[in-house]
Amino acid sequence: MPLLLVMSQLRHIAAERDTAQRREARISGLVWNGSDSPMKRYSAFAVVREALRWHSGWERAWKSPEPKRYYDVIIIGAGGHGLATAYYLGRNFGITNVAVLEKGWLGGGNTGRNTTIIRSNYLQDPSAAIYEKARALYEDLSQELNYNVMFSPRGVMMLAQTHHEMRGYQRTAHANALQGVKTEWISPQRVKELVPIINIDGPRYPVLGALWQERGGTARHDAVAWGYARACSGMGIDIIQKCEVTAIRTENGKVTGVDTTKGAIDCNKLGIVVAGHSGVLANMAGFRLPIESVALQALVSEPIKPCMDVVVMANTVHGYMSQSDKGEMVIGGGADGFNNYTQRGSFHHIEETVRALIETFPMLSRLKMLRQWGGIVDMTGDRSPILSKTPVENIFINCGWGTGGFKSIPGSGWGFAELMATGQSSLCAAFSLDRFKEGRFIDESVAAGVAH
Amino acid sequence: MLILHCPYCGVDADETELAPGGEAHLKRAGPDSSDEEFHDYLFARENPRGVHFERWRHAAGCGKWFHAARDTATLEVFGTYPAQTTEPPREIRARISVRRPGWTWREFS
Ligand SMILES: Cc1cc2nc3c(=O)[nH]c(=O)nc-3n(C[C@H](O)[C@H](O)[C@H](O)COP(=O)(O)OP(=O)(O)OC[C@H]3O[C@@H](n4cnc5c(N)ncnc54)[C@H](O)[C@@H]3O)c2cc1C
Ligand SMILES: [Zn+2]
Repeated sequence: MPLLLVMSQLRHIAAERDTAQRREARISGLVWNGSDSPMKRYSAFAVVREALRWHSGWERAWKSPEPKRYYDVIIIGAGGHGLATAYYLGRNFGITNVAVLEKGWLGGGNTGRNTTIIRSNYLQDPSAAIYEKARALYEDLSQELNYNVMFSPRGVMMLAQTHHEMRGYQRTAHANALQGVKTEWISPQRVKELVPIINIDGPRYPVLGALWQERGGTARHDAVAWGYARACSGMGIDIIQKCEVTAIRTENGKVTGVDTTKGAIDCNKLGIVVAGHSGVLANMAGFRLPIESVALQALVSEPIKPCMDVVVMANTVHGYMSQSDKGEMVIGGGADGFNNYTQRGSFHHIEETVRALIETFPMLSRLKMLRQWGGIVDMTGDRSPILSKTPVENIFINCGWGTGGFKSIPGSGWGFAELMATGQSSLCAAFSLDRFKEGRFIDESVAAGVAH
Repeated sequence: MLILHCPYCGVDADETELAPGGEAHLKRAGPDSSDEEFHDYLFARENPRGVHFERWRHAAGCGKWFHAARDTATLEVFGTYPAQTTEPPREIRARISVRRPGWTWREFS
């Protein structure tokens, strides 16, 4: 039985690797947090190894350290953007004396609440640049992070259901061709081929065609946050959860540190990456933002057999839908029109979204909806993000992603890390705070109808 | 669902009857204003987590604009009042002080 022999050999080797320290931790009931970094890689071999020793050797994916007294860089907010920023600070610039402070649990904000659409078919050049950078990074993010983020480039389709929208998307397709972003304008027949469950005839919302991005798709939202967190932790970056920033300290117009529920922490540079709470943090630092926080909702149906293997967005009716790997139809809708921090949206938005989607997808009318939730999104006037220096020296802000910032997490982290490390970044330059004063809007609200 | 009392026609209106109009009591920048003042008037917002003052229109009712004082963290409504004022009335401010001691927003006279 050569196989058994090999297995017992493997078990022997594995047992020998089991250090005294690890045994001690296990015996005393402590959680082994992998302090013999670098972190252990996930691999097929690791699965076999652990299977052979009763899964006793898996480490915590990231450590939970107490905050130090000082860090070179503090990032506030452990959503996708904050974690990606920390990761690229370490990876691209060797800056690892970094803490990411999170008031709740990591990925518990919008990153864990979104409908995970990834696309880069934007109209304006600066948007195309940063969103396509992000989409391209998503392509091999699982390999890069050694963590399966389940990127699924299944194709994203944006339906044109009015003539206005049709002309808009044809224009975007031309713009994308010039930007080097691969998209195409497709006919209603092609739409029907790709999405058999769709009703293209109207009467109220006939499908006149669609903007199609073949390499757009979805990814697993939590896994993106977890993957970046684990990779950060492996580089020695501290991720500190349940640590709310309550005040920002400055001296002579320059940041010196923050006060938190785990005490005061000093820093040289500070990055504010808190999405819906950007206004609150800006207020602590003494400036205001061109941002309003509102609730955006999503819902999922009961799981059903595979029936739609692309992402469909119907912006005229404010609805978009994809099918998760579990089989649920994942549906998102419009945002509330008034300021709200409750992570609960108004019910009539759900009603409107579902009512409109049923005309385009009649089979939806027979489905039960299982869950509904909301996130607080940070909306700017031009529906484009802010990646910028601020009026306070050494405070940087990354916000304003509003309803559409999951897709941009890797690109935003890449650019914002460069901005924080070097003081400038070509990806971020156009998204500075002073664009509002100077009238350099990056207008995606007109371009996209809604932005997701 | 948010329900606001229209101070003109007296109806307790559902959110679906109303159109939100954003932050209230903005000071309009005039021709002599600086770039900074124009920027603040057009773009800079309080966006508070807590007490907030807003403009609303009774769109599917009497059609008039009015003001509302709300808490954005709890959705509690402190009261509504007519649009013909640059500051929240004293009684509304007093009511907020009872519910949220030590609250601040902008400086009022
Ligand atoms: C329902 C819904 C659907 C969406 N659908 C899509 C989609 O299909 N595609 C897409 O691209 N985007 C989508 N988005 C948008 C996307 O989710 C966000 O743009 C993105 O997740 C923002 O990431 P973030 O890291 O900036 O913020 P978040 O993930 O919200 O992280 C910010 C973190 O900061 C923390 N924080 C706040 N205040 C403090 C403090 N004082 N101290 C410490 N920590 C603090 C919060 O707890 C939070 O964890 C959707 C959003 C919602 C709500
Ligand atoms: Zn009225």
